[in-house]
Amino acid sequence: MMSDTAAMETPPPMVETIIKVEDLNFYYGSFQALRHIPLEIPKTRVTAIIGPSGCGKSTFLKVLNRMFEIIPGARAEGKVLFWGRNILSREVDPVDLRRQIGMVFQKPNPFPKSIFENVAYGLRVNGKTSNLKERVEWALRRAALWDEVKDNLHRSAFELSGGQQQRLCIARALAVEPQVLLMDEPCSALDPLATAKIEDLIDQLKREYTVVIVTHNMQQAARVSDFAAVFLTGGELVEYDETKKIFENPKDKRVEDYITGKFG
Amino acid sequence: MGLRGPKETLIRYFLFACAVTSIVILLLIVVFLFREGLPLFQEYGLGEFISGKYWYPTAEPPDFGILPLFLGSLWVTVGALLIAVPLGVGAAIYIAEVAPPQVRDLLKSLAELLAGIPSVVYGFFALVLVVPWVKDFFDLPIGKTALAASMILGVMALPTIISVAEDALTAVPKSFREASLALGATKWQTIRRVTVPAALSGISTAVILGAGRAVGETMTVLMVSGMSPIIPRTFLQPVRPMTATIAAEIGEAVWGGVHYHALFAIGIALFLFSFAINLIADWISQRYREVE
Repeated sequence: MMSDTAAMETPPPMVETIIKVEDLNFYYGSFQALRHIPLEIPKTRVTAIIGPSGCGKSTFLKVLNRMFEIIPGARAEGKVLFWGRNILSREVDPVDLRRQIGMVFQKPNPFPKSIFENVAYGLRVNGKTSNLKERVEWALRRAALWDEVKDNLHRSAFELSGGQQQRLCIARALAVEPQVLLMDEPCSALDPLATAKIEDLIDQLKREYTVVIVTHNMQQAARVSDFAAVFLTGGELVEYDETKKIFENPKDKRVEDYITGKFG
Repeated sequence: MGLRGPKETLIRYFLFACAVTSIVILLLIVVFLFREGLPLFQEYGLGEFISGKYWYPTAEPPDFGILPLFLGSLWVTVGALLIAVPLGVGAAIYIAEVAPPQVRDLLKSLAELLAGIPSVVYGFFALVLVVPWVKDFFDLPIGKTALAASMILGVMALPTIISVAEDALTAVPKSFREASLALGATKWQTIRRVTVPAALSGISTAVILGAGRAVGETMTVLMVSGMSPIIPRTFLQPVRPMTATIAAEIGEAVWGGVHYHALFAIGIALFLFSFAINLIADWISQRYREVE
């Protein structure tokens, strides 16, 4: 019985909700990747989306900034309310939306440009070119990368290590001054040391930003997130609660099995 | 893992023989080209050949100045690129970045079809349609001009430019586009600021290969360029490109005579010109690969 009601639960309403997902269904052609997802994402907290591969967690992330639209045949039904406005509506311009909901990808994907130009890119396409240098420095400081690159801003971004590249991608996203940062397994291509740096950074960022992070790494979810949503294969949200409760006292047997490593 | 057994050894030697034969034939052609071309300079100065402004091979004494011919080739090539580069790169961007899959496949097949048309057919088409149009539109006494040649060469260079540029654009990692879109860039901003710059070396290679196509083309320019060996001042004048000069005059040149050697000397110049173009194309695409 628990499993049926668990999905309906919302986190304790101590914090303001920034994104409210209602009855979200998602399809790749005729394949349904997400089923009736309800989720309230709290503002300035880290929400982890966890679950085994193929459970639709990355798909879910792509819905939040409408990046799924570049995939042919992909379509979303239901509501995703961002400050009460349904972003899936045709009236919302995905370009504007993505300026408010930034994204960091699984593999670091800097542009083949200089470090400076990578960070400046979002500003240039947004027409925010006044005080460009200050804005770039601000973003690099936010991403805890400034001290490492300040003397080499005009070197190619490809010369950075993987971890540095990922922090550069975070700086690039922050430069646009989004409210929400979506992170799609941001550490999966990084070594433990670089991962630790990104996790520290996420901890810093949640003071000002809402972070939604997809991860297949249970320990990481436990370390960085305040809330955790567990998706299981078939595209269902099985349990959503404070991370502590999910890990210490999961209500759903399948979640317990997944977290303790019985499958996944 | 070498090939084993007598049969495999035999196959290996056979393939080696094929490779060597092909290379040797090509090398011999180059050797022949130089052997027939270089004797010109025993009778005619190299400096005069390179910088001479007149090409009157049958005058007495003859003038073998390659400059008007070289400039004729250069003008029609540059003119062709002025037409083919914007059109071809634009088409490649449309095919690679904008067109829905079915349209993309259709356009790519059509571009390949364009490449399969024999050059004499292009020349015929240009003679019947382009040349009269140029004549009437610019109110010229004669329509066979550098412009007419450039226009048809531009069309002929399109398939090369489209297909190479399209490959270069398609090879740009999807992650660059995703990153750009996720930062709130529009599709057009993404194309202009990320995809095209990332493919720029490949697009340059496309342009240079297109230039190579235009430089080496003979039949079409023979039919529509007007064939006057003058140093061109405008695109509305007739020109006599190097390739067409060789084709037109080799029949009337006396075997082993000065004129004959002069035509081979043009061949050397053309060879070096094309060779340089290919080297530049190689160099650019090599540099491109190192960046990856």
